[in-house]
Formats: sequence, structure tokens, C-alpha cells
Amino acid sequence: MIERALRGGSRYWTLVGALAVLAALGGFAYLHQLRVGLGVTGMSRDVTWGLYIAQFTFLVGVAASAVMVVLPYYLHGFKPFGRVAVLGECLAVGAVTMCLLFILADLGQPYRALNMILHPSPRSILFWDMIVLNGYLLINAVAARMGLRAEESGEPAPKWVHWLVLLSIPWAFSIHTVTAFIYQGLAARPFWLSAVMAPRFLASAFCSGPALLLLICLLVGRISRFRIADEAVDRLSIIITYALLANLFLLGMELFTALYGAIPEHTVHFRYLFLGLDGHHELVPFMWASVLLCVVAAVVLLRPAWRRDRRVLAWAAGMIFLGTWLEKGWAMVVAGFVPSPTGAITTYAPTGTELLIALGIYSAGALIVTMLYRAVLVTRGDLPAREIP
Amino acid sequence: MAIDRRSFLAAGGLAGLALAIRRAVAEGRLTAEPWAPPEGQALTGTRWGMAIDLEACAAHPGCTACIEACHRVHNVPRFDDPKREIKWTWKETFEHAFPAQENPWAGEERAELPVLVMCNHCENPPCTRVCPTRATWKREDGVVMMDWHRCIGCRYCVAACPYGSRSFNWVDPRPAIPEIDPSFPTRTKGVVEKCNLCEERLAEGKLPACVTACPYGALTFGDLGDPESRIRRLLAERPSLRRKSFLGTGPQVFYLV
Repeated sequence: MIERALRGGSRYWTLVGALAVLAALGGFAYLHQLRVGLGVTGMSRDVTWGLYIAQFTFLVGVAASAVMVVLPYYLHGFKPFGRVAVLGECLAVGAVTMCLLFILADLGQPYRALNMILHPSPRSILFWDMIVLNGYLLINAVAARMGLRAEESGEPAPKWVHWLVLLSIPWAFSIHTVTAFIYQGLAARPFWLSAVMAPRFLASAFCSGPALLLLICLLVGRISRFRIADEAVDRLSIIITYALLANLFLLGMELFTALYGAIPEHTVHFRYLFLGLDGHHELVPFMWASVLLCVVAAVVLLRPAWRRDRRVLAWAAGMIFLGTWLEKGWAMVVAGFVPSPTGAITTYAPTGTELLIALGIYSAGALIVTMLYRAVLVTRGDLPAREIP
Repeated sequence: MAIDRRSFLAAGGLAGLALAIRRAVAEGRLTAEPWAPPEGQALTGTRWGMAIDLEACAAHPGCTACIEACHRVHNVPRFDDPKREIKWTWKETFEHAFPAQENPWAGEERAELPVLVMCNHCENPPCTRVCPTRATWKREDGVVMMDWHRCIGCRYCVAACPYGSRSFNWVDPRPAIPEIDPSFPTRTKGVVEKCNLCEERLAEGKLPACVTACPYGALTFGDLGDPESRIRRLLAERPSLRRKSFLGTGPQVFYLV
């Protein structure tokens, strides 16, 4: 079934080729990092996690979002999501793969990565994250393949697939909860030590992930015969709206607790994010842009007439994706390290090599999703004949 | 002769006491002289700890004898770029070492006092809890250890340490080591390192390098599990601080005030 990804015209292969070239560029940049060490990045003694770990964190959210189509379809029998569910699962496969690549890129001794299995330590949250991420990858890959096969043959999928898909629902929640636990269990970092971290991760995941899925569905609709049903768009946009409001509400909770409680080591990080600290304002524009994008998108989506306009909806989805990325794929991780436990303010900015590696991993993820989608579209006969040689 | 349980325990207790006194006399703890470990024999303790005399240390703000000794015997590289720095022991200002002890009336001078800081070898270390490969762990005697051959360089322990005591090798450290001491391993790029309480010296019956190097006797190393040890006497006699002890980490480095 996957071999159908190899059937495509020149337009398809140009896209695949371009993504492969970018992924290879990232690969070369990574070889440089492998030789010299993580010193080629902008990370430092005080800011020890940066772009890579932030991308991993953000992409876990994108991966978890598949559940927002799978859950209504399988649990509530919401039929219009039927044709979207497989696309959501394929997106999850690409996203989790990127997560794993970003973790690998962040290791100082990647050759020793298997030590996590050879010397397992169940007290470490990273151990559990390894299990839930790899499990989620496997579950979604199998669920997507079996779902597509059932579609093709017209016969219902075997019973165990149904159970597997049901398992994927709590599993999706677990990947983001466990990822939040990596942060929120650290007494050393008051900024992350917050019980709403996991709920917030889920809320931001359930708005940014479906927003991306919606944009991809609209895009796929333009280049193939695949059409996402109006009811599906409608339902997705409502899910996105509620999740976005929950995310903003939880941000408000964080701000209130930190600012009204006024414990200096809690407020100081928010000051660094929103106002700047001791003349350092690196994250201030990102943070305000993030809040502004999300608030404007929320206002737009709350009005049904605007929400139903696909162009407006597409813009809002883009804003939500960018807004949550700025916060979770960037500011949230860095702000935990500034100021350091000894009060030092060390700024962080990724280097060119770091950006190239990140671009390479994103391209690899996009490549996987593109090829999986190709296989889906070919199987469904959604492509015009001239597109399939 | 029949020995009942009671007399057996009493005899055992007496024998233990006699042994403890003999050991104490042999180690010079019951005499006035400072305790020196027996030559060539491994130092064993139930709970190692360190007491740093803040005043004695701050009286010599320019002194870095302990830091130099520590970094020399452990092949710690010297990077001028603070972003790449590797530090096992170093000095922080009082306000940065003890952020909870902030006092606006104590004056600028107090806030700026240099304080020697290092790994606290916590009773309940958050760094070992988070390590996904058990490359760092707490030994029975309290030393928080690092296995540089197992560490995968994820830096989770660095994020978990509330004291900033852990350093990561961003690049190959060897070219930056001023003079390599072949008796101690060098590290590779991509692993985390920190103060090891000179466990390699304890095994040879030597005190930690910083303690030996301090010309002012500001550092006291000893067994916190031994109520007769000098460190326990000091801690009983003088008030002391611990860094961020409210986090429940149980730091085993004490600052005498």
C-alpha cells in the first residue's frame, strides 16, 4: 500500500525532491554538529535546552491532535470525520517522527541513545516519554494502514483495529501529559513547576494541531479530488475554538497565580517574557505576538459567520498555529532557564547550524506526511488520472 | 554459660562503644588536634558532608586556591566563554548563592560577598531522579556520582539541579585543559560533569582537594552520620545555612555563619 507513494507526476516528484534536498542539508549540518559537539548551537551552560527541545515539545502537540478527529469519529460515530481520520493519523506519524529526531539531535552522545533501553530508569520521565512516543507512532502507523485498507476493500477493519484506535485516544492524551511532566516536575525551575502545565499543553495541542490538519485538508482539497465535508470543517473549527479559549484561559490562570501570588522567583520569568529583564527583551516581541495572534483568532472564531467563511477560517487557523508555536515551540522552553538558578541572565538565540538542522527535520517530517498522503490519495482514487503514471 | 538476649545485647553494645572510642581516639577526634585520616586507607563514612566557613572564606575574596586545586586534579577544562564554561567549584555572590536570604538592610557589601559553591551532594537529589540512563546516582555514603561513559548528554539533570552545579561539555574539553593529570580521566564532548566530592581521593584515604588546598581552614569535610565528627560539632555549635533547603533536596554542604 505504501508503494503507492511512489506513483506521481513531475509536480509531486519536484516537491518530494525539494523536501529531500532540505532534509539532506539538515543532515549535513547535523554531521557538523556530530563532529564538533553541541557547541555549534546557541545553547549554553545556563540555557541548556533550546530550539530542538522546544520543537519536540511543540510537535508532540501536533501529533496528539489526531485524536481530535479520531475521538468524534470512533467514539461518537461522527461520520464526516471518516475520511479525515486517516489523514490525522498520518500527520501524527510525521509529527512523532520529528519529535524523535529532535530529541536525537539534542543528545550530546547520540551513539549512546540505546542506554535508555539498556539501563532503563522508570523514575525518569524521559523513560516514560520514550515509551509513549514510540507507542503512539506505532499505534498511528498501524491504525492508518488498517483504516485505509478497510476503506479500499469496503469491508470493516478487523475488531482488533477498533480496539487499537480506541487505545490511541488515551494514548494521545498521555504523550502530551508525560511531555508536560518533563517540565512541571522540576522544583529547580519555578516557571515550569505549575500544575496547569499539562492541561495547557493539551489545550494548545488541541487547537494548534487541528488548525494545521484543517489547513492541510484545505490544501489537499485544492490539488486533488479530496473534499473535506462542510460538517467536518464546521466541527473542526468548533473544536479549535474551544481548545483555543481553554488555552488562553489557562494562560490567564498562570499569570494570575504568578503575579498576584507575587513570589519573586515565579514572577521573574513572566517579567522576562512580557516586559524584559535587566535590559533583556529578546522574547518580549515573540510573547506579545503569540498572545495577540491567539486573542485575535479567538475573537474571529467566536463569530459563527466568520468561522464558517473558509478563507477567514484558514487565516485564523494559521494565526493559531503560529501563535502557539511562538509560545510553546520557543518562549516556554527558553524562559524556564532565564534567569538561571543563580540569577544569571544568559540570552539564547539559535545559530545557523541549529536552524539548518531544525529545517532538515521539519523537511523530513513534511516528506513523510507528503508521501503518506500520496499513498492515501492514490488508494482512494482522489487524484486525476494524468497525475498517476 | 547461658547468655540470654538481654545480656547479649548489652555486651554487644559495650563492645561497640569500646570500638567507637578506640576509633575516635585513633582518629584524633577526642584530642585537640584536627583530624587527619590514617595514611593510605580508604576513607569511609555513612554520610559525607562539607561545612564552609562563610566568614573565613569571604575574608580572602581574591583567593581561589580551592577552585584551582579542584580543577587541576580533575582535569577541568578552562573556557573563557561563559557559555561554554565547565565549573566544579566556583564563587557566586551571596545574593546569587542564597536568593532566599535577601535583605535590603544588610547592605550592598553583604550581597556581594563571594561564596564558594559546588555540588551539594543532596540527600534527595533531583538530578539522579530524572536521569534516563542511571548515569548519575547517589552512593550509600551520599556522594552523588556521574558515569561519563553512560551519560547520553540529554541534560535533563542540568535542568533539574536547583543550584546550577552541573556543566555540559559543549565541545571537546581536552584541548582546553591547562595541564592534563593522567591519574584522573578526562571527559569527552557531549557529557555532563560536576563535583564528585573527590571520591577518587577518598578511596585513597585523602581529603577532598579543596579542603586540603584551603590555606585558611575554611572548609571542613567529615561524616555527618558520626555524631562525634568535627563537622557535626561545628554544625551543633554554630548557626549555618544551606542553599535552597526549602526545596527538600537536603543539601549536604553547609555554610557556617
